[in-house]
Amino acid sequence: MMSVAASRSLRDGQSCFVGIGLPSTAANLARRLHAPALVLIYESGTIGTEPDELPLSIGDGILVDSALSVVSVPEIFNYWLQPGRIDVGFLSGAQIDRFGNINTTVIGEYDEPAVRLPGSGGAPEIAASCREVIVVMRQRLRAFVSQVDFVTSVGHGSGPGDRARLGLRGAGPVRVITDLGVLEPDPDSAELVLTALHTGVTIEQVHAETGWELEVSPDLRITAPPTEQELTTLRGLRTVGSSS
Amino acid sequence: MASPKIQSLPHAVSELVHDGDVVALEGFTHLIPFAAGHEIIRQGRRDLTLVRMTPDLVYDQLIGAGCASKLVFSWGGNPGVGSLHRMRDALSTGWPAPLTIEEHSHAGMANRYVAGASGLPFAVLRGYAGTELPEHTDTISTVTCPFTGEELAAVKAINPDVAVVHAQRADRDGNVQLWGILGVQKEAVLSATRALATVEEVVDELTPVPGAIVLPAWVLDAVAVAPRGAAPSYAHGYYERDNAAYKAWDATSRDRESFTTWLKTLQEDAS
Repeated sequence: MMSVAASRSLRDGQSCFVGIGLPSTAANLARRLHAPALVLIYESGTIGTEPDELPLSIGDGILVDSALSVVSVPEIFNYWLQPGRIDVGFLSGAQIDRFGNINTTVIGEYDEPAVRLPGSGGAPEIAASCREVIVVMRQRLRAFVSQVDFVTSVGHGSGPGDRARLGLRGAGPVRVITDLGVLEPDPDSAELVLTALHTGVTIEQVHAETGWELEVSPDLRITAPPTEQELTTLRGLRTVGSSS
Repeated sequence: MASPKIQSLPHAVSELVHDGDVVALEGFTHLIPFAAGHEIIRQGRRDLTLVRMTPDLVYDQLIGAGCASKLVFSWGGNPGVGSLHRMRDALSTGWPAPLTIEEHSHAGMANRYVAGASGLPFAVLRGYAGTELPEHTDTISTVTCPFTGEELAAVKAINPDVAVVHAQRADRDGNVQLWGILGVQKEAVLSATRALATVEEVVDELTPVPGAIVLPAWVLDAVAVAPRGAAPSYAHGYYERDNAAYKAWDATSRDRESFTTWLKTLQEDAS
């Protein structure tokens, strides 16, 4: 449901900076369904890729063969991402907090972490410079925390106005899509609130997996269940080199 | 007659990579110089500062073999699979050698190489604002634009002692051609004091390929032929990425015993 909901939030013709994993699945699903003209950009420098299978890494050969253009890594960050040319940044993480800040660096203290995570990659600048950011993450109590252990990528900082003060030009996270529902920042407080539940999920379930007192929007929606076409297409997405 | 720049890999590594050096093996998921990394392990280099945007399996192997004392990076993991267990072990317990880190974002690392290649002391970018990395990494700072007064991120140039890259092919003069995902190979070579390129093959003539770049022989110190030298990553047009090997590394590297067995096999299997 999470991949389907995430794919629905991409509009045809947008340009999308895609991270590997859940974001890549959702973006490739969208391109096969309602957004055939979606421009997929991977940080490896491939622009306008149309892979017929899902890549395992962000630099698989399949992304090159189907790309409109391939540029170097300095170019993809400096010329394409940094000036704000990309509509949507699609991110995930190990932790996210009530203001949509993301941690992919460490759990615990930086110098003596409980868990060492992969680190920043392209995420900090994707979060800063894309016109908007969509986060796709499984909603679990240990991941949806009041305050992240480490700010790798800035969401809405510590509240309204923080992004502008930091000189971040994109809008930041506009939607967090989980396996339970959808969270969006409140226009006044910038704090994430529950705006949609996926079919069959209760508010109690969402609260049980959220580490802060999550507010529920008065206009709470229910996500339409996946259509037959969405499910068939999702199941048809193979990862390169997988046996099944 | 082939140029004297074309050398055997063991000879080139012994000439160019020394204990204590700052070494950058680059290749962004594509053309990762595994064969050269394995040769560095075989020759028992120690106390290296390893620089690489995406330390993946090749740096996990070098770290596990005890070659490194410092890692400079922006994303350390096994792409699409999980963690680097040897890197984690070295960071948390100091096995087999203590490891310190200098951590950046991709945009920061890419620009550090650009500055290094450009002969500049630092690079300017829109980055890091609001993140916690600048508190832990002293090669990240800020600079004020003299024209607008805007505050921007500044990152220190990288100038490795030696850069190592892998490419599809070289001609007999040692000019090196590579294509597909280009990563930061050109910047790494041009930022370094010394540079080694391994190649799949040497050909009479470098036929033009769309999007290819050429590293002229005179910016390289040595070119070594290493067929399948990027495996289990890939060389576009030659062989594909061995995804199964990346997945299998997770089990091999998970404990010291299975890693040590792997290391012994590598050391006995002289190329």
